[in-house]
Amino acid sequence: MIDKFVHCMADAMADIADGSTVLLGGFGDVGIPTALLDGLIEQGARDLTIVVVAGGRDGSAIERLLSLGRVRKLICSFVRPASLAGRLLQRGDLEVEVVPQGTMAERMRAAGAGITGFYTPTGADTLLAEGRETREIGGKLCLLEYPLPGDVALIEAWSADRWGNLTYRDSARNFNPVMAMAAQLSIAMTRNVVPLGELTPETIVTPGIFVDRVLHVPL
Amino acid sequence: MEVSPLDRNGMAAWCARDIPEGWLVNLGIGIPTLVADFVPPEHEVIFHAENGVIGVGPAPAPDAVNPFLINASTTHVTLRTGGSYMHHADSFAIARGGHLDLCVLGAFEVAENGDIANWARSADEPVKQVGGAMDLAIGAQRLWVVMEHTTKEGEARIRQRCTYPLTAKGVVKRVYTNLAVLDVAPHGFVVRDMVRGMTLEALQARTEAKLHTEFSR
Repeated sequence: MIDKFVHCMADAMADIADGSTVLLGGFGDVGIPTALLDGLIEQGARDLTIVVVAGGRDGSAIERLLSLGRVRKLICSFVRPASLAGRLLQRGDLEVEVVPQGTMAERMRAAGAGITGFYTPTGADTLLAEGRETREIGGKLCLLEYPLPGDVALIEAWSADRWGNLTYRDSARNFNPVMAMAAQLSIAMTRNVVPLGELTPETIVTPGIFVDRVLHVPL
Repeated sequence: MEVSPLDRNGMAAWCARDIPEGWLVNLGIGIPTLVADFVPPEHEVIFHAENGVIGVGPAPAPDAVNPFLINASTTHVTLRTGGSYMHHADSFAIARGGHLDLCVLGAFEVAENGDIANWARSADEPVKQVGGAMDLAIGAQRLWVVMEHTTKEGEARIRQRCTYPLTAKGVVKRVYTNLAVLDVAPHGFVVRDMVRGMTLEALQARTEAKLHTEFSR
């Protein structure tokens, strides 16, 4: 019998190695797997590369991870100057790779889909293209982008069954389904647990084949 | 006659009245977000938020906030009947894939060749805030900019060439400022409209690029 549910945070976080690349879902305060991030802090992995939409405001879950010195590199679409990530960056204490948000999503989609590179006009005419491979396609300058796979993805779902099939709540979907596909080990927290078969085939957003572990974290 | 520059809402309303029914539109952070407030609900324009919402509706009543539903400015919004959700890669495929009829962004500078600078004030700024602007700017069918005509210090933001790092080249089609509406034509900026009391001479004095009054030279 397939059962992806784990029954404690320690089991959910088992075997996350030092040096891992962790894809972290969420946008704004919505769809962030905060409990799993707390679990990762507790678990102790360090020297992490974190892929997340933004460096986070002060008081956010990502700030806690940064403040403990557990993050070597942040890959994100923006960092606020008035945030811990911004201050660490200005002091040279944090490596940051800034990626246009659509390119970031597409690089993860490519990782999940087995696409080994793609060209996009996004950013091709900007500072972000300096020293990188470009070519003109269809009269447009395009920039070569590589996939962005994760060792681990931390996902927030709304409902899950024992196969790991997931649904999301409203705009909490955001990066979560793409990250679930792009990581070797996808760990979801879910607000609701339902019996197999209750999520209708048309309703399932992330098929369980992309999910390795599910932890029930009631709202 | 006294010149009456528009405030933020005035600029947003000026832009809103030019959006035809049926368009799919993405509104950037800042003044562009206000544009939606000036499109009446019976004039069906579909607003896209790049965090995965199609059919963004107005702000909710204070007692009816859905904590799971935000726009790209991370403000709580509602979903219009007929609206839908998608994940981030699909949402940016809407932008990058040419599916938006219009994107409205704020900017630091716009140049007469359609270049836009809206993400960094200098090349060596250590803290970078790219967000989704580069994806939106290259992908939308048309890009309009809403911004103040000059900086607070009176420095021109409508220029022959941008001085700040570019977001994208040659993409801006129209600019709404607190003083005028300018189209970007092959030969440069063309004045479409001006606020009450403004003259072409006074507008040119606040503009680094040459202003034209005809759509072809």
